[in-house]
Amino acid sequence: MSVEAREARQPWILLSPALGAVTLLLFVPLAFILVYSFWLRTATGADQVGFYLENWREALSDAFYRDILINTLKIAAITTIVCALMGYPAAYFIARSKGNKAILLLLLMLPFWISYIIRTMSWINILGVSGAFNSALMTLGVISEPIQMLYNETTVILGLVHFLLPFMVLNVFVSLEGIDTNLEDAANSLGATKWQSFLQVTLPLSLPGLAAGGLLCFVLGAGTYITPIVLGGPTDAMFANLVFEAIITQLNWPLGSALSLMLLAVLGTLVLIYNRYLGMAQLMKGLG
Amino acid sequence: MGWNLIRTWTLLVYLFMFLPVAVVVLLSFNASQFGSFPMTGFSLRWFIELSQNEAILRAFRTSIVLGLMTATISTTLGVLASLALVRYRVPGANVISTLLIAPILVPEVVLAVALLLFLNFMSINKSFTLLLAGHVIFTLPFVILVVQARLVSIRRDVEEAAMSLGASPRQTFFQITLPLMLPAVLAGALFAFTISFDDITGTLFWKPGGVETVPTQIFAMLRNSISPEINALGTVMILLTVGLPLLGLAIARSASTKRGS
Repeated sequence: MSVEAREARQPWILLSPALGAVTLLLFVPLAFILVYSFWLRTATGADQVGFYLENWREALSDAFYRDILINTLKIAAITTIVCALMGYPAAYFIARSKGNKAILLLLLMLPFWISYIIRTMSWINILGVSGAFNSALMTLGVISEPIQMLYNETTVILGLVHFLLPFMVLNVFVSLEGIDTNLEDAANSLGATKWQSFLQVTLPLSLPGLAAGGLLCFVLGAGTYITPIVLGGPTDAMFANLVFEAIITQLNWPLGSALSLMLLAVLGTLVLIYNRYLGMAQLMKGLG
Repeated sequence: MGWNLIRTWTLLVYLFMFLPVAVVVLLSFNASQFGSFPMTGFSLRWFIELSQNEAILRAFRTSIVLGLMTATISTTLGVLASLALVRYRVPGANVISTLLIAPILVPEVVLAVALLLFLNFMSINKSFTLLLAGHVIFTLPFVILVVQARLVSIRRDVEEAAMSLGASPRQTFFQITLPLMLPAVLAGALFAFTISFDDITGTLFWKPGGVETVPTQIFAMLRNSISPEINALGTVMILLTVGLPLLGLAIARSASTKRGS
């Protein structure tokens, strides 16, 4: 073999373990559940191999699944908007601050490292019947009996915002850092007020970061099932809870496959639209 | 005026992020029997009870073994792939990158279901192997992103200098490239360990009955009632998951200053 040929082969040798793992543990399994979703779970618990449309008919036409899907998208959308409203000014402050940006950013990233389950359950300490809020209100004499503030849609959104906010801040920060501050100065010197130059120069230039953060918040928020279990009430199930229910509790794996693929189709479409207009590079910047 | 408003807003955002976590730490030292407000005094009793709780200790061992194995495997795969992507002109590099990142673009629930059902079909039941496979595939993209970002900054001319001074490619790799890469490798491994240690979404699908990791153990304990033991466990987890990355950062930093001097 020539030196060139060996040289050309080398990267593929280095890549093959990782590509092999992704193929065998992600792409083949995804293709498998697509096939599996057309099988049928019989009353005996065995799978009937074949091409049955029952699972898909149930997943797509049952109002129960549809309502929960819509509710899931609604919760994810509200979470994303709240993250943007809270996160954008914070990212702006860090990017334009004269202090130590690295420390400010690191501080906001710290909760990102703190266990997700701990952060989720920590709200029980704050809002539960014997939590900080109730305790404070009772001490102040505002209320005489503790109020149950937990286990509703609002607390699910609260938990999700707490979990996802760092993703938003990081992405917006990265794009704000990439903007030449001279542009803002130029707008100001041409007579724009600070607010005008922000609205017409800085904000449009930072939209890719906002979109990347928004995509992450939405996709991660819509795919969660732990937060609704810990912080939601009995009627606050999200779509991933249905998947968990079908796979782990009911052991109806073909139906669970169809539901998983439905979720993948909805969220995957968003990722594809994002990729089409903004490209993956922006997303990688925020993650890396 | 506007700037002060933004400053106050940011302060409130930081407060929002840290208050719940601070309360966990505060309550874990609470002497009160129910571990809730009002605080009745300072006590380490919940940490002592924690250290005697067999189930939690077992969960810790499982999580640590799983995390170490995940970190070893996915860092190895990730470093090799990153080397190929950064150091060589690979045709279709963009497509390959996207394929390797795909596990984080797919919702974790879907990844969990697909892997569980497929490996079950291949006669690999819920087991430690399945759990490990899941954690590897889920952490791999993060390792690749972190390692690639660091690798780009290693200058090629140092290697070329070594080779022009007569070092063989093998010598160059082990004596020049690998030491320079070490901070990136460590950062990737720590990242993988932390993500594996913290994972619950996939783990609940993959873990065999009776096996618990720390997050699933906490999740199971939450179903009863929130006990002060959970807060103590939370405090330990916070120290671990915050301490480890900071340690990693410190290692990376000291390695780079040594190199610079």
